[in-house]
Amino acid sequence: MESAKYVSQKVSKARWRPVSSSFLQQPEIFATGSWDNEENKISIWSVGNYENSGLEDGFEGDPQLICENKHDGDVLGLQFLDQERIVTASSTGAVTIFRHHHNSQTISVSQQWVKAHHYPCDNAPCTAVVCSSPEIITVGEDGRIIVLRADQDCMAQVIENADSSTIHAVTYLRTTEILTVNSIGQIKLWDLRQQSNSASQILSLSGDRVPLYCIDRHPNQQHIVATGGQDGMLCMWDVRQGSMPSSLMEAHSAEMWEVHFHPTNPDHLFTCSEDGSLLHWETSSHSDMPSFLQGNRNSSVTSRSAMALAGGNQSLISAWLNGDSSKSRLETTHMLPSQTLSVNSLDVLGQCLVCGTDGEAIFINKQVPV
Amino acid sequence: MEEVDVEPVVTNISGIRPGKRMGFAWGPGDILVYETQNKASGPTGSGCAFIHVVRKDEDIYSPILRKLFNESHHIFVGLQTIKDDLPSKSKKPQFVSISRNYRSVIRACMEELQQAAVSANDTDMATQYGNQVSILLAIELIWNLCEVLFIDAAPAGSLLLHLLDWVRLHKSDVDEKAKGVLQSDSPAEHRDYWDVVLSYVLQGRLEDTRKMLMKQAMLQPAAKSMYKLMDSLLSKMPFYNPGGTQTLTEFDVKWRNWHEEVDRYLKDNSFASNQHLEVICKILLGDEDVLLEHKELLSTWYYFLITRLLYCHPTVKPTELHYYAQSSMMMFLDSGVPEPLDSILLAAFEFDIHQVIKDCSIALNNWWFVAHLTDLLDHCKLLQSHNLHFGSNLREFLLLEYASGLFTHHSLWQCAVDYFDHCPEFGRVYLELQIERVPLDTERKALKVLRICEERQMSEQVRSICKIMAMRAVRNNRLGSALSWSIRAKDAAFATLISERFLQDYCAKGTFSDLDLIDNLGSTMLLSDRLTFLGKYREFHKLYGEKCFSDAAKLLLSLMTAKIAPQSFWMTLLTDALPLLEQKEVIFSAEQTYELMYCLEELTSSLITAASGSGRPMQEEDVEVTKVEMLRLALARNLASAIVKEGTMQT
Repeated sequence: MESAKYVSQKVSKARWRPVSSSFLQQPEIFATGSWDNEENKISIWSVGNYENSGLEDGFEGDPQLICENKHDGDVLGLQFLDQERIVTASSTGAVTIFRHHHNSQTISVSQQWVKAHHYPCDNAPCTAVVCSSPEIITVGEDGRIIVLRADQDCMAQVIENADSSTIHAVTYLRTTEILTVNSIGQIKLWDLRQQSNSASQILSLSGDRVPLYCIDRHPNQQHIVATGGQDGMLCMWDVRQGSMPSSLMEAHSAEMWEVHFHPTNPDHLFTCSEDGSLLHWETSSHSDMPSFLQGNRNSSVTSRSAMALAGGNQSLISAWLNGDSSKSRLETTHMLPSQTLSVNSLDVLGQCLVCGTDGEAIFINKQVPV
Repeated sequence: MEEVDVEPVVTNISGIRPGKRMGFAWGPGDILVYETQNKASGPTGSGCAFIHVVRKDEDIYSPILRKLFNESHHIFVGLQTIKDDLPSKSKKPQFVSISRNYRSVIRACMEELQQAAVSANDTDMATQYGNQVSILLAIELIWNLCEVLFIDAAPAGSLLLHLLDWVRLHKSDVDEKAKGVLQSDSPAEHRDYWDVVLSYVLQGRLEDTRKMLMKQAMLQPAAKSMYKLMDSLLSKMPFYNPGGTQTLTEFDVKWRNWHEEVDRYLKDNSFASNQHLEVICKILLGDEDVLLEHKELLSTWYYFLITRLLYCHPTVKPTELHYYAQSSMMMFLDSGVPEPLDSILLAAFEFDIHQVIKDCSIALNNWWFVAHLTDLLDHCKLLQSHNLHFGSNLREFLLLEYASGLFTHHSLWQCAVDYFDHCPEFGRVYLELQIERVPLDTERKALKVLRICEERQMSEQVRSICKIMAMRAVRNNRLGSALSWSIRAKDAAFATLISERFLQDYCAKGTFSDLDLIDNLGSTMLLSDRLTFLGKYREFHKLYGEKCFSDAAKLLLSLMTAKIAPQSFWMTLLTDALPLLEQKEVIFSAEQTYELMYCLEELTSSLITAASGSGRPMQEEDVEVTKVEMLRLALARNLASAIVKEGTMQT
């Protein structure tokens, strides 16, 4: 069940702290960033079950604020670098690393690149940040892509004028390749080893150039990528094949702000939007075997099972790319109890989901059916 | 001009030197004040360099109270969506539950403020929190009473029970005292013991009274019979059961019988030996003098009122309440001057909703309470439509005031939008004026504001916001962003401006910048002619690069003949045609060459007319003339080859 905690600040980003190796452990700590306040903050919360362990299933104890720190500018991007450090992207164009000191339960600024993103005579907001320790990649409204390394003050790589419009989100495709999305509806693939100023590949939807605001890659099948944009449509792309999306699904009635595949159960996808809804998508391939297998009843048992395996695999692989069609089913459920103001951010880990809204509320669900 | 209800409060501006004049300007929720010498002209001395912002409402800046605004916004939106087709009688439980939701939000906020007051280091902050707590307490008290009297609108019989609940909810110190007494070694000898017993009786909690008296009875075995008698009297007091089969008249009869019985026992001095029990007996009879003797236990006149009603007139009708309320207040308050809270509660007992709202508006510095309460009462159809001088009704007026106040907040403006939506007459106008003034620092914020405007078909605001963002982008040389903003606003003029910039860049540098944008324009090319030209021109370059010369040639020609290209660019296009003309292979057919020549002539004639008007330097003219000459030569040669080629028979 969802419970709302009102936190007196509009939440722009919410992220779970990654849990250490064991899959069975549920995440307990999450960080949030605020926006549109005179004084913005980055806060760390805990939903551990202290004395609340005896409650009926579904009821959540309130998240407790552990510590917080002032943040200059809106928090437009937030990511955990490791168990102690958090990287944020600010609307002033700064990229900051905060360190959470576990023993004293405080946060302090550990490193900062103040004018990472800028215009010739003005600040430019840094719109997104993604990291894979120690490398940090940021993008901004100035169309720059910057590669930073934690603990090194200089910028490892800067791709100037990577885009003529605002880059809204970035994600890793492989360890040296990234994907960015921009205001003219394009996904660009960059190979960081090549040190070039132009993208290796550009994919876009023909027709209206709808701005894209979020992108996420399938955790296991690295060629499958999901994006969401201004029209609230969820697009699935296959990066290997062609420059067009494989499937388009109507998701929301307003901008989609974030899309996330579940990290360990990628048959599940979550999206949140300006229209105040958070959707949980679940795909499953058709229970019947594909027709071409049914004709092969005569083949030997071993080969049939081998084919079945291969066939089964193929239907699983393409389940997302098929979208909502006869080959695979797609179920969608609303996760929030009622319409709220915009849901700006969500994060899912294990069975726990956290999201932040413009109604200054945080919702936590610790029993997501995945 | 109407009379002023209360004297205006004087606020001293600390930054302005005493005796100096002040100038001011009204803002949406505050006033800008500055020191001035107020002289039209003449030498000015040194002035003060400060501008002061004077705000009436600090509450929206309090982080704890913010939760109140957000949660109540959620409840408000839920209330508006209750369908109107059901008759209001069946919606009553819904309205009561919504009222309770509001109250629980107030209570949650109060508790948090209380905790903050206790743990505050700074005494100023602690007093401020304390003040906010007491204001919220008063608000909740008033709201609860309004819920009982107006929304729940209980009839005689249940009315008293609801009022008893109301009083008990707001007089919780009894339980704390009782806890202290019960936890002591000998409760019956505790100094607060009789206070607790009397308080229980005053609140009508007779079960608790009996349990407490039991302890005393055990200590005084000699007076056992007296205690037994009291116990039986207490147990026999009838309470009206609204869900039961007993009618009000039957209950009244039973109650009178009980009352007479108690009276008899008092008159024949059964309790004369024990003054405490005698007092209890007199209270049970509703003896006002005895009640007034225990003012500190009652502490407020409305508590006195309820107790009085409980023991004198339990079947009180709603219409009779005001008489008892007025007399209770006058009896209880010696000084005779009621506090604002007292007069508000009295107005509520008199069922004068408008007076309640008016007094609350004056007493509180924030419109939150009156706006939400009035809205709820309006939904219960309790407010007569009271046309104010400026046309809208009371509910709308209060909601507009509240939402306008919210809009001045840097963050809560998003909540205010929903309030404006539900003000049918003026909400839209207010929203249109306010939404344009939201500062747009980042694209994300602009997108949210745009979504709000688009959902409400406020096309002018959409255009204006997109234009602001696009201009900013152009200034920062982010032409792709600027284009995406003008696409959103369907602003053809701006798209033309951007294309001009691209073309200028091309002329200056010789190459296109932002190829990723121009190459992938797609259908947005159709937004403006200039944009179409840009896209097609780039396509020409691509075709040329791929050596598809005949396609490139056709495209180039069509750009000129279809008048997609601006005339200023024709020279460049013709110059681009030169290499195609110079190729060994004949690319332009004779037809096409004739057309090219026609274009050239058109261009030169317009150039001549332009040149004759202005005095252009000789060098420029030379270059132009040379270009034209070269073109003429190339065209002529091409024409010759083309005619020959077309005339040759294929063998």
